[in-house]
Amino acid sequence: MEQNKIICISCPIGCRMTIQSKDGKITSIIGNACPKGIKYAEEEFINPLRILTTTVKVIGGELPLVSVKTEKSIPKRLLLKAMVEIAKIEVKAPVKIGQVIKDYLLGTGVSLVATRNIKRVDSNLFS
Amino acid sequence: MKLEYDLVIIGGGPAGLAVALEARRNTVKDILLLERDKYLGGILPQCIHNGFGVQYFKEELTGPEYAGRFITKLKDCQINVKKETMVINITSDKRIIAINRDDGLLHIQSKAVVLAMGCRERTREAIAVPGSRPAGIFTAGTAQRYINIEGYMPGREVVVLGSGDIGMIMARRMTLEGARVKAVLEIMPFSTGLIRNKVQCLDDFNIPLKFNHTITRIEGGKRVEKVTVAQVDKNLQAIPGTEEEISCDTVLLSVGLIPENELTSEAGIKLDPVTRGPIVNENRETEIEGIFACGNVLHVHDLADFVTEEGEIVGRAVGEYLKGNRKFRSQPIKIFPGDNIAYVVPQHIDFIVPGRKKIKLFMRVKKPEERVKINLIDDKGRVLTAYKKRIVTPGEMVSVFLPEVLLDDKLKNITISIKRD
Amino acid sequence: MKTDVVIIGGGVIGTAIARELSRFNINIILIEKEDDVAMGTSKGNSGIIHAGYNDDFNTLKGELNIKSNPKFDKLCADLKILFKRIGSLVIGFSQEDFRKLKELKENGEKNGIENLEIIRGPKLFELEPNLNPQAKYALYAPSAGIISPYKFTIALADNAVINGVKVLLETEAKDIRIEEKQVYGVVTNRGLIETRIVINAAGLHADEIAEAAGDNFKINPIKGEYQLFDKQWGNLVNHILFPIPTKLSKGILVAPTVHDNLLIGPNSYWVKDKDDPATTKAGTEEVCEGARKLVPNLPHQDLVASFAGLRADIEGRNDFIIEASKKIRGFINVADIESPGLSSVPAIAEMVSGILKEVVKEISPQLELNCQDDFVETLVEQPKFADYLDKTGEWQEIVEKDTDYGEIICRCEKVSKGEILRAIHQPLPARSLDAIKRRVRAGMGRCQGGFCSPKVLKILSEELKISPLKVSKKGPGSEILKTKTKEIIKETGVKFKDEVRV
Repeated sequence: MEQNKIICISCPIGCRMTIQSKDGKITSIIGNACPKGIKYAEEEFINPLRILTTTVKVIGGELPLVSVKTEKSIPKRLLLKAMVEIAKIEVKAPVKIGQVIKDYLLGTGVSLVATRNIKRVDSNLFS
Repeated sequence: MKLEYDLVIIGGGPAGLAVALEARRNTVKDILLLERDKYLGGILPQCIHNGFGVQYFKEELTGPEYAGRFITKLKDCQINVKKETMVINITSDKRIIAINRDDGLLHIQSKAVVLAMGCRERTREAIAVPGSRPAGIFTAGTAQRYINIEGYMPGREVVVLGSGDIGMIMARRMTLEGARVKAVLEIMPFSTGLIRNKVQCLDDFNIPLKFNHTITRIEGGKRVEKVTVAQVDKNLQAIPGTEEEISCDTVLLSVGLIPENELTSEAGIKLDPVTRGPIVNENRETEIEGIFACGNVLHVHDLADFVTEEGEIVGRAVGEYLKGNRKFRSQPIKIFPGDNIAYVVPQHIDFIVPGRKKIKLFMRVKKPEERVKINLIDDKGRVLTAYKKRIVTPGEMVSVFLPEVLLDDKLKNITISIKRD
Repeated sequence: MKTDVVIIGGGVIGTAIARELSRFNINIILIEKEDDVAMGTSKGNSGIIHAGYNDDFNTLKGELNIKSNPKFDKLCADLKILFKRIGSLVIGFSQEDFRKLKELKENGEKNGIENLEIIRGPKLFELEPNLNPQAKYALYAPSAGIISPYKFTIALADNAVINGVKVLLETEAKDIRIEEKQVYGVVTNRGLIETRIVINAAGLHADEIAEAAGDNFKINPIKGEYQLFDKQWGNLVNHILFPIPTKLSKGILVAPTVHDNLLIGPNSYWVKDKDDPATTKAGTEEVCEGARKLVPNLPHQDLVASFAGLRADIEGRNDFIIEASKKIRGFINVADIESPGLSSVPAIAEMVSGILKEVVKEISPQLELNCQDDFVETLVEQPKFADYLDKTGEWQEIVEKDTDYGEIICRCEKVSKGEILRAIHQPLPARSLDAIKRRVRAGMGRCQGGFCSPKVLKILSEELKISPLKVSKKGPGSEILKTKTKEIIKETGVKFKDEVRV
């Protein structure tokens, strides 16, 4: 038997739930105030997912960075690993909002896309 | 340079953008939007995290994307925008003085003015954290600008004071960029930010959040070297013997936001001592007719979506004001905060509006409470209407509807109180 | 490097002496260990120009304060800095206080101050409507005034530089080279400066410098903490309000500043560390409590800054040391400049000038001290946008000549980019964020630089042609930024790959 504690984020109550499991299968969930909690706890237990938002280096842009996000959620455990990969990326200005910066991030099938426009400038004194 | 407009909006953040678009939809003609920064969107371009737009667009966007939607629309509807322009004075007769590089000083006369200047962060000095004054102490928003816009990391080992949303978001942001966030300290026994941020920004990365804790001393000559942290008692005073030293090179502060109302005060507009924003009616119109306020300059919001909603209220109201077909009540209804309510916006109801069904009231509570009733009470102590809430917390704005049918001519005051259900 | 005179210390005393001596046709170097002048006692004090009733005229303190007070109007007009002669009130609550006020008045009159007056009754509250209603008496001294002590210091340094003084920043005196009881040079972290005359104006560290030259006295630092409130509160009081003075200090005052803030403080206690102007919780409370005795309703919600200053004190001694060393030729001590040091600055500088003449006669009679014909006594007024808010037409002309004056960088204090650029290129240039702040007030206001510091940092980086990573708050070691975004994760990335941190 294993126990995991999860705080529900479905509403401001923030129910503190305890999940009991055996061999990776949930046996009981307690502490939830409503059915939303059960759904959230199950998702968080089986495969917690997060949208990753960060920045990518831009060459020749009006700003040195462009803000980006993963188009879909990726497994939580990959967040820091993804950051290491993203740190290596450089993109040339101009960048358009929605532009795919990297396909198949860490083989997840999820793309990294720009969340803003960056204009091109001839020189950037601040980079 | 002398200019005349129907509407001048001061501030191009989410509030100002919403006002501009909605005013145009309500047939307001000559609109000028003044923005002090190089870009529109206010603080949103540096808020690269997601969570925006769930209420308004019914989809989850990042800050830059949320701002981008309004900026794109603005370009389509020929609204005059002057960026990198700082307003330095507003008068009660709606004259505005602004300055920028290209025009020098601008003297603008407007028929209506909207204040949408946003807010600033409370500083280390405002909360009087003792100790030395080295480099390495930043408000969370300033650090956010350095990291996300300018492209520089302000520190490697971080302690965050205050569990406001920006503080928690920056704890995650700095962790993702490789810094070590050693602790987030909250002087209150509860978080002042959203629960979702506590879970996804702190718990996800095993960043400890210490309630009832504060920094009692910052040390370091040239750069921050360490902080002393202590537990506090009920009166928020440090408990001797609980002190603990944490070495760090950076302190981030997320200890509250203050509406930027210096221009407002100089125009002679009265402020609410709790919100620190102007006192307004249901149109978000200040005590000076034709001068409106919305967004974080009026009261600090938890979500940008609610700022947009408020901007749209003002956009419509400006349309009505300029048409001149408004009908005042014989006397305004004043709305007062009662038990466990810190403030309510709007502070009074001034108009008779045919066809209006209800008025949305926004408020913040003083302390968290579960299973409550929000009672709207009249002068005689009668409960006009009540709303049940499973939970209320200071970190999340609460809203209730005031049904129009309750607003008879004799009603002078409404008090909103929270009662245990 | 070789020069005629080295002044050690870029506080208000060192810079005032530098300016005074720059009247002569001699080479002067002023060395300062920090990245700017006014980094010690000169920035952390009350900024009061006292009337001069506190001390005995037979002491240097008494004499030099009285001599200096009338000089401030012209001096500050010349230096283009604000000086406001708003007058001071020492507040009394009891019969005993009344006797003390009378003693102060008599002492002041003995010192030659003519316009002192003891005020009582309703007139007191006409002068100060927000004064503690229990106050009964006050000694009114119309000739007291307020000044910005760091702006004064910077202006003195600017003026000295214009007149040929070389100011070496980040230059610390490590030793004094002495041969046969005669000064031969100053050893610094940047090498030896050969000189026959050294003026020790090292403030809190003056004892260490003096020791190197064989003079013995011990400076004990006294800390004083202050609180500064938002500009909207400068008019809470109209005068400098003091409590009845004690032996140790003039007490916790309440006063407006020249920039319309409200200042309260200082408390007063001995500390060990000369370089630790940290504020404390107990100090904050003491200062508030002390100030509330004079003005009960203080705007605590609008606190803009807390700070502390350290001032020099020699135990058992109650006067300035301004004299040539009796042991070493060419060595002049200007030490133990405690209150009313700031109020005595012009006369101290003149006195040192007189001592220098004697020393020169003694050690190098061939060196003739002549006044330079081209001595520049005044600085040029530099326009500040904050002063033009009601004469926008005139500012328009300035912007038309230089568009940098149309770009507002600091919204709280209304400072234009043009003013910041000027600060970076003025005779004693600003090299850090704090140095900009002291010169033009960008970052001094209610947001404390939250909005403008990234912009000022960028301007400094562009103008000094250095990486933003090199821009500091107050000199090397206090850089604002650590690395470029992405650099840390690149360094530590490998570590994360196998580590399950999430």
